[in-house]
Amino acid sequence: MARRVRTPRVFQTIWNTQGLARYLFLTGVLITGVFVVFALLAPWIAPYDFAQRSVDGVRFPKLAGASGEHLLGTNDQFYDIFSRVIWGARTALLVVGLSILLSAVVGVPLGIVSGYTGGWFDRITVFLMDALYSFPSLLLAIVFSFLLRNAIGGGILAAALSLTAIYIPQYFRVVRNTTVAAREATYVEAARAIGAPPVTVMRKYVFGNVVQSVPVIGTLNAADALGTLAALGFLGLGIQPTEASEWGYDLSRALDDVSAGVFAPAFWPGLAIIALITGLTLVGEGLNETLNPALRRRRLRPVVLTPREEA
Amino acid sequence: MTSVPGDPSQPREVVLEAEDLRVWYGTERGPVRAVDRVSFDVRRGEILGLVGESGCGKSTLGRGLLGLLPDGAARDGALRFEGQDMLSMRPRDQYAMRGARLGMIFQEPLTRLNPLMRVSDHFTETLRAHEQGLSGAEVERRSLEALRVMGIPPTRYRAYPHEFSGGMRQRIMIALTLVLRPAFVVADEPTTALDVLVEAQIVRTLHDLRATYETAMLLITHNLGIVAEACDRVAVMYAGRIVEIGEAREVFARPRHSYTRELLRSTITLSTEGLEFIGGSPPDLSEPPPGCSFHPRCPDAMQICATRAPRARITDAGSRVSCWAADIADGAPVAADLSAEDRSPLTTEEVLVADEA
Amino acid sequence: MRPDQDPVIEVEDLAVHYRLQGGALARLLGLETRTVKALDGVSLQLGRGEVLGVVGESGSGKSTLGRAMLGLAPATAGSIRYRGHDDAEAQLVSAMSPRALRGLRTDVQMVFQDPGAALNPSMTIERAVGDPLVVHGLASGAELRRRVHEALERVGLSPVERFASKLPADLSGGQKQRAVIARAIIMGPQVLVADEPISMLDMSVRAKILQLMLDLKSDLGLTYLYITHDLASAKYFCDRIAIMYLGRVVEIGPTAEIFAAPRHPYTQALLAAVPDPDPTRMLPRDLPRGEVPDAAEPPSGCAFHPRCPAAFAPCGWEARDLRDQLERYWAGSGLADYESDARVVGDLGAVGTHRDGGLRISTRDPDAAAALLDRARAADVTDPFWRGVTGWRTESDGVRIDLAPGQEPRLRVAPGGEGRVEVACHLHDPSVSHADTPGP
Repeated sequence: MARRVRTPRVFQTIWNTQGLARYLFLTGVLITGVFVVFALLAPWIAPYDFAQRSVDGVRFPKLAGASGEHLLGTNDQFYDIFSRVIWGARTALLVVGLSILLSAVVGVPLGIVSGYTGGWFDRITVFLMDALYSFPSLLLAIVFSFLLRNAIGGGILAAALSLTAIYIPQYFRVVRNTTVAAREATYVEAARAIGAPPVTVMRKYVFGNVVQSVPVIGTLNAADALGTLAALGFLGLGIQPTEASEWGYDLSRALDDVSAGVFAPAFWPGLAIIALITGLTLVGEGLNETLNPALRRRRLRPVVLTPREEA
Repeated sequence: MTSVPGDPSQPREVVLEAEDLRVWYGTERGPVRAVDRVSFDVRRGEILGLVGESGCGKSTLGRGLLGLLPDGAARDGALRFEGQDMLSMRPRDQYAMRGARLGMIFQEPLTRLNPLMRVSDHFTETLRAHEQGLSGAEVERRSLEALRVMGIPPTRYRAYPHEFSGGMRQRIMIALTLVLRPAFVVADEPTTALDVLVEAQIVRTLHDLRATYETAMLLITHNLGIVAEACDRVAVMYAGRIVEIGEAREVFARPRHSYTRELLRSTITLSTEGLEFIGGSPPDLSEPPPGCSFHPRCPDAMQICATRAPRARITDAGSRVSCWAADIADGAPVAADLSAEDRSPLTTEEVLVADEA
Repeated sequence: MRPDQDPVIEVEDLAVHYRLQGGALARLLGLETRTVKALDGVSLQLGRGEVLGVVGESGSGKSTLGRAMLGLAPATAGSIRYRGHDDAEAQLVSAMSPRALRGLRTDVQMVFQDPGAALNPSMTIERAVGDPLVVHGLASGAELRRRVHEALERVGLSPVERFASKLPADLSGGQKQRAVIARAIIMGPQVLVADEPISMLDMSVRAKILQLMLDLKSDLGLTYLYITHDLASAKYFCDRIAIMYLGRVVEIGPTAEIFAAPRHPYTQALLAAVPDPDPTRMLPRDLPRGEVPDAAEPPSGCAFHPRCPAAFAPCGWEARDLRDQLERYWAGSGLADYESDARVVGDLGAVGTHRDGGLRISTRDPDAAAALLDRARAADVTDPFWRGVTGWRTESDGVRIDLAPGQEPRLRVAPGGEGRVEVACHLHDPSVSHADTPGP
């Protein structure tokens, strides 16, 4: 019930944001939206499958220029670049979405429980999370993808899981700190005063008031996760080309061609990475601007004093 | 409580004078008339209390007098401070004036003191910012004197803000304001956050200060008791207007405006024997009711109150009041022109508890 | 409490101590942590159907007492007994398991000071008010809805439809407090702990909420513990009043008797300090000085003695009283005095406790220090501090100051009246010599 009342208010605040922030946010939404459309409609937009090298038994040319058959040409692995870019959107959004979802699902409850119960459990979790957080994220992702490769192979799920591990501490830290503050709030004490057991207090009273920052961290992390995913692919540790199309991998394969003077195989996946990261960052910053009360400035409209009416 | 230093029969010079002053805010729902056509003056060494419910424009008026308004607010009318027109003054000159000649005391002292600076540093910075070329010894002498007046021992001069209790911090803030010897100070709920005994101590100190500093003060509070004990005169504000202003003792003993009377009656005091209250809540200042803005809640409301705003009138006791019922009760000339229709009681709609503040 | 009344809640010798976290370094090294005695040996009884006022300044422990009654503040020592019905077995609240405590809260409920903070900002009024029933599994579906609406009507939030689906942010302060009260009464409790329920509200709203609480008391047969710093509302609202200072009850008795003849100097001071819009009242002149001291280091003897205008020899004088005394002397004297004296006693670092009892000022110039004491005493010879000083003499490296032995006042039945007022003050203790008192 509370949710139904809240949601439109949040959208309203976002919509009512003024000035530059609003345009940047809308630009971000537009860019991200294009990629979401690519991802959802990939089979219809892309002329070929992502791992397709031939049509009707005829092999694609290698490193062909743009043509009617291949809108953006082909790369050194005989793949159609346009199709790879479109399918890549699906991979990117799937991996990023999955990892963000998983890390929030783990990080948020862990943060709430740790912050609310306190004591030794809190100390240990904070210590572990801080240790995890202090590792360079790419290094951590490499380690996890190595470990996972042996266990579940080099697919989308493995990539998502290795990214998940990086982002859990971020949700944990933010949620735990807001929970520690919320624990002292009168309404939490009031919940204890009506006889609510700890699980109910956390679920009904703490949760709704500490998750508000999660969408912001989520979108900002999404941009970061995309970069990390591409880096993994670039290093050859990400998703295998036969499992899904991945921009970072294509980019790394195309580097040699760049020195040979063929730019298209590197340019398009690179552009896709940059565009989607930019779009997600703009959305994240826009959300942050409107949802984060510390950054929000209330705008008063200039007032015109009307002439006095004589009484 | 009314003993002004010096001869009370001698009218003292006016320090600050507001005439038909308006301070409005712009919002999405249209202009908010936070202060609407307010006139009053404050004399040297006098404490004027400003009371009213929350949301009646008290704080906006206080800040408006000092020019401490957010973007999107506008002032007009006339505001003269020591003879100078404050409204046409350049922002830079206004800025220079604040602190030196105009001071402000806030409710929460801790947020106004820098935790990393000693009390002595706060004084040095304040004094040096406004009076260039003061020697170190002179700074210390003036600071310690200001602290002494506020009851802070000199041993604490080099302590940090966190080493003081809440009441001491507020005393330090007041000393910091007074060390520049401003001619006029706005104190916005200066004791609300403090314990009762400390509140009483500070109210007493504020009351005694006038003898030392001859500072005029506007004391904003929701606590009528504090006004009665510390102030010479009191202004009662409702919906952005001053509805009654006069000698504190006179206003509290014989309130003329229905709102003043109801506010006094609804205050719980040691002599309370039954609970009284004003129905309803203060109006939305973006759409104040026509006529007298108190009429929807007024037990004395008449037909005229809903249509025509009452004019300000000086009573025999020297108060200024804007109330039709008071006009009739006092037999004011304006009351003679009112028809029987005008005087017939206004049938007010039933006030729902739901509408209350 | 009237003799025919049966206590609903009996508090005996209750202590609630909190361990303070020291600075970062102290915590890292596991150094001494300070303990705050929020409550220190409080005994009182809450009679069925009465309103007991607990009055005090910040740090008096009044809120902790209220929270302890719901088991929200754990008892360090002593006991709280709750007896739901006349013939029911008394339950020991102070020894209950968390689960049993949660059960207790269908009977003992709480109203908070800040209505803006006491409601979950993301819960509608209907959900917030009904949550106690949901939590205890007492109602659901249509029954829940019916009872929520009934509670909202009872507290005056009608028409209910206008409020049920609102969020707290959409309500005014008074309306929010009504919702908080509705949540507190929905389970049909016996006892309501009201922690400053009107102090954050506008003057014109306070009377309405107080009236609502009175109506609820007579309609529902409630018992109140009314916590406040405001003696005016306590006088109107309460049957009995307990005055608290630094974790202890210093005076307790029927409201009428306390107001007719306040006995403890602290009660007298609180009464004198109530701001009153009565134009004939004068500003109080003899207010207690200073502020409530740090509860982690309460004064010895009677905790109120450093501020008490009527303190005398046995009240428990100590080194910091002398420091305060000298600071007050310097605040009143000129700066020149302070500068020369500061050379003798430093910035009061030289004032300490003598190893043979009494106080000591360590200095290389004992005569100057003794002269300073002479001057300070002469400046304000009527100050209560000097009533505790029996004399001083110079030693080779300082001055030794002898003090009268201090003792802690105990809460005892005050002489005079009908013997229903108890007070903890040496002035009212016949066993203490009053030779040098200013007269009780």
